[in-house]
Order: sequence, then C-alpha cells, then structure tokens
Amino acid sequence: MSDETGKKPDSRLDSTAPMNETSVEPPEISAAPPVKNQRAAQLFDESVAADGKLRPHYAKFFGSLEQIGAGELERRWENGRRLVQEQGITYNVYGDTRGMERTWELDAVPFLIAAEEWRTLEAGLIQRAELINRILADCYGPQHLIRTGGLPPALIFGQPDFLRPCHGIQPKRGKFLIFYAADLARSPDGRWWVTSDRTQIPTGTGYALANRLVTSRTLPEAFRDCQVHRLAGFYREVQKTLAQLAPLNTENPRVVMLTPGPYNETYFEQAYLARYLGYQLVEGQDLTVRDDKVFLKTLAGLEAVDVILRRVDDEFCDPLELRNDSILGVPGLVGAARDGNVTIANLPGSSLLQSPAFMAFLPGLCRHVLGEKLKLPSVATWWCGQKSAENYVLEHLDELFVKPAFRQRQPGPALERNLSAAARAALVARIKFQPHGFVAQEWVELSTAPALDGGKLVPRPVSLRVYLVATENGYAVMPGGLSRVAPRAGASFVSMQHGGMSKDTWVLSDQPVPEVSLLSATGPNIELRRVGNNLPSRLADNFFWLGRYAERADATTRLLRSALRRFTPERGGGSLPHLAPLLETLEKQGQLKGHQSQKQSQPGQSQSMSRQNPEALEAGLLAAIFDPQRDGSVRQLVGHLQRIAMFVRDRTSNDLWRAANQLGDLLANAPKEKILLAADALGILNQTLLGLASFHGLARENMTRAQGWRFIDIGMRIERALSLCTFLDCSLRSPEADNPSVLEAVLEVADSTLTYRSRYNLLPNIAAVYDLVLLDDTNPRSLFFQINQLAQHFERLPREMESVTPQQKILRDCSSRLRTLDTRELAVRAGNWSGGETGKLVAETLRDLPRLSDAIAVSYFAHSEISRTGGGCQP
Amino acid sequence: MTYNLVHSTIYDYASPVTVSHHAARVEPRVLPQQQVENFSLKIGPMPAVIKPRVDFFGNHVCGFSIQEIHRHLEITARSRVTVVVTTPPAPALSPDWAGVVKLFSDPVSPEVVEPYQFIFDSPLLCASPELADYAQQSFAAKTPLLVAVADLNRRIFSDFKYDPTATTVATPLEEVLEKRRGVCQDFAHLAIASLRSLGLPARYVSGYLRTRPPAGKERLVGADASHAWFAVFCPSVGWVDFDPTNNVLPAEEHITLAFGRDYSDVSPVSGVITGGGAHVVKVSVDVEEVHLPPA
Repeated sequence: MSDETGKKPDSRLDSTAPMNETSVEPPEISAAPPVKNQRAAQLFDESVAADGKLRPHYAKFFGSLEQIGAGELERRWENGRRLVQEQGITYNVYGDTRGMERTWELDAVPFLIAAEEWRTLEAGLIQRAELINRILADCYGPQHLIRTGGLPPALIFGQPDFLRPCHGIQPKRGKFLIFYAADLARSPDGRWWVTSDRTQIPTGTGYALANRLVTSRTLPEAFRDCQVHRLAGFYREVQKTLAQLAPLNTENPRVVMLTPGPYNETYFEQAYLARYLGYQLVEGQDLTVRDDKVFLKTLAGLEAVDVILRRVDDEFCDPLELRNDSILGVPGLVGAARDGNVTIANLPGSSLLQSPAFMAFLPGLCRHVLGEKLKLPSVATWWCGQKSAENYVLEHLDELFVKPAFRQRQPGPALERNLSAAARAALVARIKFQPHGFVAQEWVELSTAPALDGGKLVPRPVSLRVYLVATENGYAVMPGGLSRVAPRAGASFVSMQHGGMSKDTWVLSDQPVPEVSLLSATGPNIELRRVGNNLPSRLADNFFWLGRYAERADATTRLLRSALRRFTPERGGGSLPHLAPLLETLEKQGQLKGHQSQKQSQPGQSQSMSRQNPEALEAGLLAAIFDPQRDGSVRQLVGHLQRIAMFVRDRTSNDLWRAANQLGDLLANAPKEKILLAADALGILNQTLLGLASFHGLARENMTRAQGWRFIDIGMRIERALSLCTFLDCSLRSPEADNPSVLEAVLEVADSTLTYRSRYNLLPNIAAVYDLVLLDDTNPRSLFFQINQLAQHFERLPREMESVTPQQKILRDCSSRLRTLDTRELAVRAGNWSGGETGKLVAETLRDLPRLSDAIAVSYFAHSEISRTGGGCQP
Repeated sequence: MTYNLVHSTIYDYASPVTVSHHAARVEPRVLPQQQVENFSLKIGPMPAVIKPRVDFFGNHVCGFSIQEIHRHLEITARSRVTVVVTTPPAPALSPDWAGVVKLFSDPVSPEVVEPYQFIFDSPLLCASPELADYAQQSFAAKTPLLVAVADLNRRIFSDFKYDPTATTVATPLEEVLEKRRGVCQDFAHLAIASLRSLGLPARYVSGYLRTRPPAGKERLVGADASHAWFAVFCPSVGWVDFDPTNNVLPAEEHITLAFGRDYSDVSPVSGVITGGGAHVVKVSVDVEEVHLPPA
C-alpha cells in the first residue's frame, strides 16, 4: 500500500463483496401473489373477525391507541421515524441508483399475535426445525433416506447446494441447523402456512430487534398494556447456545460473526447484531486457518476462534474446498470444521433444505423420521421431478406459481404470472427438458393487518418471518419476528427489496412479562479484558484512514476558509502575496487546477491562469469545496469519511456515524444550481469545521484508549504534520515569506493565532511564527507535537521484542532534526527562505511522512490478498 | 502392464507466500483393473499439516498446508501401478440407450443411486437442448448404449481439433462447441454434458496416458502429461471408459487417478495462497513402463 497519492487504496472495495457475488439471500418473502380476482372480503383479516368485531387481542391494542389519539400517534411516529434515521437502520438495495443504503421502512402499527395462537405456532415450528435438522444430518451423513426411498435422490444430488466436501462433517451435538427461520402466511381459512424455510443464514433478527426498539418507544402504553413478550431472552439463548457449541475452549469461547462486508444488503443488521450480542464482526480476510484451527489476525498476533456465526453464503465459505473464486471465505475452513476444531452456525451446506422441493416431502418425512404428523403445513408444492407431479403442473400451469426447485447455476428467465403464449411454451419446454429443476406452488392469499397510511389505518397484506435457535434443551422460538407488509393494498409481493415495509411483531402473553437483560448472560468465569489488543488488522487499517481523512478534511477546510477570506473579486487573487501560498498549497494537493507546466518552475513566482482571473479563481475555490468529482474536495473527503465510518461501524458509537452523515448532508445539500458567492461558502465552511470538531471529539473522547483509538490518532497526527509541512513549504518559497500578512495566514491555517498573540504581543515575526508552528512542543498544532505523539503511540503498539521498527527510525530522524533546528536563521535571511535549515527540515519531513505511512501499513495492516493456484490444465 | 509414475508440480512465486492450503488428488485409485503399490508424496517445504482422506467420490485426496514463508513449492507423487487388461464389453450386446434413460427416470431405484448422481448438472457442466442435439445423431432409436457412445466418442474425435492454445481450464463448453477446438479436458466435458443432456449418467476421469516415442527415438523422461477422459454407466456392465481425444476405449495404457462429476471435482493439485503475487507453475509427468523379470 503506497502513500504516494495519500489516498486509501480502494482495492479492498473491489474485493470486499461485489454485488453479484454477495451471498446473503435477500430476506424476501417467497409468499406468492394472491390469486387473481381475489375479493378483499375473502382474505383473512388479522384485526377484525368475520362478524365485524375487533379480535380480542387487537381490541386491547386499539383501546390503548385511542387513548393516545390520532394526532399524538402521528407526532410520535414522526419521532419514531427520526429514531430509525438516527440509529442508522438501513437496508442495502442492489443496483439502487439513489445510493446503496436505503433507510429501513417501518410501519408504526405492530403485528399482533395472540398467546394461544402463538403456542400452536411454536409447537409446529419446533417440530419442523427438529425434522429439518434430522434430514440435514442424514443428507450429510448416512443418506438412509435416499437409499430407503423416503426421499428422491435428485433432491440431494441434483442440488448445487449439496456440498460434497461437507459430507461426513459431524457438528457438535449433531446440530446442523443451529439457526432456522420460516416465512409464514395465513390463508383465508385462518390457517398458518410455511411459505419458505430459511435453513442457511436466517436474516432479519437484527431488524426485528431494531423494530422493537423503535416501536416500543413510540407506543410505550400499548406495549405495557398488551403484555408483550420481550425479545432479549431469545438473544440470551443464542449467546448461550453458541458458547456451548464451542468444540474446544468451552470456558471462554471466542465467537465471531463472519460478514461478507459493508456492501452486503444486510450489513446494518450484521453490525447491529454483532454489537448487541458482543461478538466481533470479521471478514474472511481477518481469519486464518493454522494447524486446522481458526484464528483471528489481530495486532497482537493470532487469537483462536471457536465459533463462527456466519453471514457468508455456503459456497463462499472456503475457497479451497468450496467455490474457488470466493474471496469472502477462509481457506481451510471446511477442513477445520471437519476436524471438529470450529463450530460454524449454520454448517456450510445447510442451504440444501432451503429448496422448496422438500416441502412436497415433509409430511411423509415427518411420519418416517419423527413418527409424527407434520403440525405446521407448507404451502401446497409439486416437485416436477416426480412424473405424476410434473403432469399435474403442466395441466394446471395457469393456476400455479412455477419456480426453480434449486438455486440455479445459470439463471434462466424470470418466472412471472400471466405468461404470454410464447413464454408459456418456453416454460413447458424447460420443465420437460429438466423436470427435477422445477417446483410449482399454490398462490398464497396473504392475510391483511392494519397499517398506518396517511394517518389512517388500512388493511395491508402481511407475512411473518419467525426465528429459532437450537438450545441444549431443544429448539427455542423467538417470541416475535419480522413482519412485512406490502406497500399497497392489492400488492402481490412483500419484499424489502421491492419497497415493502416492516412491522414490529408483538407476541402477547396471558400473564405479566418479566424483564430480561442481556448483560447477565455471561457465566461466572468471565475473562476480564481491559485493553482491546485484539483489533483485527483490517480494522486498524480503517481506523488509521478514518483519522487521516478526518484531519485532511479539517486541514483542507481551513485552507479554503483562509483563502476565501483573503479573496476579493475586485483585486483578483494571485497578485496578493498572502493569498499565493494558500492557493499554491491547494494546487499542490490537487484541489485547485493549477498550470501543469508551472508546477516545477519556481513556485511563488508562477501565476497560474486561473489565479489571474478572479471569476475563474472563485469558481475553482467553490469547486474545491462542493464538487464531488474534484479530487480532494471537501465534499469528496467527507464522502470518504462516511464510507470508512461505515466500515468501522460496529466498533464506533452511533454518534460518530451520525456526525459523519450530518457532514455529508451539509455539503451535499448546499444549493447547487445558483452557486453561491464566496462569502456564502464561508458560512458552510465554518459549519463544516464545527461538524469535524464534533467528529474529532467523538472519535477521541468516546472511544476507549485502545488500539482503535490509537490508530485514529496516528492517522490524524500524520495527516496534520503532512498538511502543515505542505503549507509551510509553499509559504517559505514565497518571495514575501516574512511579510506579516503571509505570516498571519500561516498562523491562521495552523490554528495558532491565539497562541501566538498570548506569547508575543507584536506583529508576526518569521522566526517566532515558525518556532511556534514547528518546534513548540506545547502547541498541539506544532510539527514537533505531532512527531512526539506519534513516537508515544508506537511505543505502546505491539511489536517484535528486540527491534526498533522502521516507523520508529523515521520518527527518530524527524525528531532529532527538529531538536537541532533554530528558526532564528530565518530572521537573518533576506529572501530565499526555503533554502535555509528550516526549509530543508520541512522538505525532509515532507519526504519522510509518506514513508512513515507505508511503514505502518507494512507492519500492521499487511493483510495480503489470497489467490488460488491450479495444477494446470489436463490436456 | 506395470508403470512407474512420477507426477511433479512446481510453483515459483514472485513474492513470499506466508500461508498456503492445498489439496492434491495425485494418488491413483485402486480399481478392479488397477493395482497401486508404493505410493509416495513428497512436499517441499515440509507442510505443517498433512491430512490424507477419501473424498465423496472415493478418491484419495491429500490436504496439506504450509505455514512457513516460502517462494517455491514442489509436490512430487510417485507410484507403481499395474493395469490389467479386462475383456471389453461387447457394445452390440449392451441395452438400448432409451431403456437406460428410462432406468434413470422417476422413480429411480435406490439400487442405481450411485450412478444416478452423475446425471445432474455439475459446477462446470450444464445440460442443454443444444448439447442434446449434438449427441442425438449418435443415438438413433434402438441403438445399443455402448454403440451410440462409441459413435459419439468418434465424432468428438473427428469434429474437434486438438489445440492446446484454444482453451484454458476456465473455457466454457459453449465456446468449445463453437470453436470446435480444445484439449482432452474439453472433449471429456463435452461428451459428459451431451450424455447428461440425453438423460444418461456420465463422469469425468482424471489420469495418465502412456505415450510412445516416435519410431527410432528415445523416450523423453517427464514429457508425458496428465490426461482426462469420460465414462458412461451401462447397466449390468458398470462404468465404461471412453477417450474422445484419441478415439479409443481405454485399456492398459490409461492409468486412472480419480473421478468425479467434472474437472472441478478431481483437479490434481489446487491451492489457496496468502501473498505470493504472480506465480509460475511447472507440471511434469513421467509414465515409464516397467519390464518385470519373469516370475
């Protein structure tokens, strides 16, 4: 990683998670659209019974709402929406031109389930999870079911999701399915049906938690009156279960959450859940397999990992044994699991049971495997791999919803309703060519639940996703879930990818509900941790650049502010000596377009074209603030800051994230068309500096003095030293470097005006000014101060025992040069200020700082790329 | 026929590799017509972990990882293999191919589950009506299975030009079909996907072929190569091998290493390295016939 351009290389961006490869399936409901010509009266209404009366559990809730009143509800919901914004609850939408992150859409009215009904659902779900776990264990084990005819072999062998390298792995306690979710829909007759089984990575529990937070705060009275089951108990079971499933270190197991990265659509929830559960959020490149065990790469070395809660898709988990083009996984992970050294929740390969084709066989399998009747039915399903089912489907094509039975290796055309004759014929041909590749299901007519729309409660199609975890005492169901409603009444699909809304889900209790706190979850043998030395190298890298970009934005804003203050349209800019160094610095950094040919000529003498022309100069300065395309513009720098803040989101406070976003909004929302005058821009720059100050403050004060904070500070110090020296270099080259108005600008940019006045009650003197900004170790803006701080940081970072690191060597050189400098040499020079000792020191420091940045990267961030090697082609 | 086999794979990396994980499928399988003696695998630098196991298809695979910094990796497999000539099945007596398709249609008897898994799409190969069309010419009604497959084998041999520059490991089948060029791997893939498109189970075989020096020339040591062909499942006979690259039925000059659904299941050496930069790989294979003294 080179610091040549002073930019964080973007290679990570490309490698993190290309959209088409990301892995987590959308939490999209596969509930099919309601049947054509459906009359609303036929749908099941969740809140109103057939006789027109409110159902009892909704009656209590609406009673509570009435007391609040419609106006108050609206007002509160405004606040609720703000809470969603402030919590940064988002959902990434692929291919969204409005920017990737979209705010989570939440409906004010929760979805209510009565206690009695929940008990029935719960029993059905537990049985279903148990059954699926047994089927998975058989498919990845003895395969009795296909040998005895209980299951068509095509359901295993025909599926791309049957991962042969995972066959034979025996997870601890036989738990293949540690987490399970089911999508439910209620049909007009009031029965619940499973519309899809999520056996791989049940997404959405984080959103369910976030929804609860917002809704319970908006409707505290109703929440209390209705006796709603708390969710925390479920998460406590999750923690307990994962800790118990650690194969080796059962005392203090380390659980990590493996994420595909910030570009994944549910990254918000991953960061949110990881923080809530107290797990580190790691990417594949943070982990390494040694001696068939999994380790986390941290600044302090390798730390053992016992349990991986994964959000990376099955096939992408291990580029050695699974998909070899994956860059999201960990090479050797499957081997480590095979050896029983790590528990992966859920085991790669578990998506096998996500195929809707299994639904056609669950009733029979349930009798065969559990000796029971299947309690919770699936939506009626025909798998065309069976001749009779194929015939039925071909005869009833218009009444059924046809879809691929398995995840497709080569995606075919999307399947829709109301096919044209040609599309229909093509579909028939595809089914006949590969019948086992298709299933058909009945259209599910979703029930409706009340949703708030324009101040009114209106019925909307609703679907529910519920979650289970495999505790030591069997499966436990989260008393709640993620409900989703369609955006319109007649809408046929409920999908967060397609503009759906979600609801909090209230499972009601018939008794008062006890409070549960997650913090009591740890056992008696807690390992006390004071200093977080276990920062993954990748995060250290991100923190470092967070510090650098924050400081660069600050320095650039100060430069621009000083330039704008000195700029007057009447007199043009370049002719003023005290403006010239400022403009030169901006040109050097690329924010202002200078004259290429003059870059190498004597600075200070040169006058670029744009500087001669006041209008062009003014436009240039404004572009350096607002133009997102302009390299190094304030707007662009803040954009980088937001992006990196996203990468470290699970490690920083929400306030920091908010501060970064407010800055982004401030610059993005500045009037674009009628571009402002230079004077108007000053106001925005002042606000930007305030925003950055709060960002700095939050970054410095609200983080423990652990490694994350240290790397932010290292980044800031290097950047501050770098921008100071760049500016001083330009100032010293100015023919009027000792001109008090030039020196004023130096003090201003170095934010040292007040300090100077408090020490010297006189006009700026060149020796005194440079002493203050370079050598004064009590001035937090001086170069010496930055170098000292950096040296202290490196003392405290982990390093090889004996050696002095390259970065320490560089800092020692810088430091000893500063100690021997006497800026009074400047006072005796007449012109050619840059040729003296001071000028030399500034130039040498400018040369050394990028080397320092590179050395840090080599020592701490060296997370080399992985690549695959083949054994050549077979000729 | 008895052979001494040496298969060596050498990697040279542009920059140091800190950790590497590999899987090698270079130990020949034991089969009714094939015995294996003295298999040895030499790896340098010495791996920190070596884990031999048997994969889902019954192939020997050796997983190993190197945890010391290295710029050079050498993997050498040696073995002595004896291949016995068996009487080839009489193609004309094999069952009608349509009957075999029927055998593998719903409901499939649990007895043929093992071959049945080779009927489906696999990571590198997807069935298609186009491939079915290509195969169809050889599969006229009432043709005995092995007669039809032998004809397909011959057609691939004559329709396609052997050209090592035309394709890479990653070239998709559509492109091979269009260019009519490729190497043994492509021809085996083409045959397999075509047979599957008709509803017949076919698998990929990785191995070696004994090569003969041109008349009057000395045999060049290490100039051989790994080879690939395919097999089709024929009821009451079992798996029958075909080599479309040479238009032959493999006998005692083909030595089987491993088999799977396609190349991705049996790639002889694969690995994932951390660091390393650009790398160069050199593969050399030596198949030397051993003249055993008369017993």
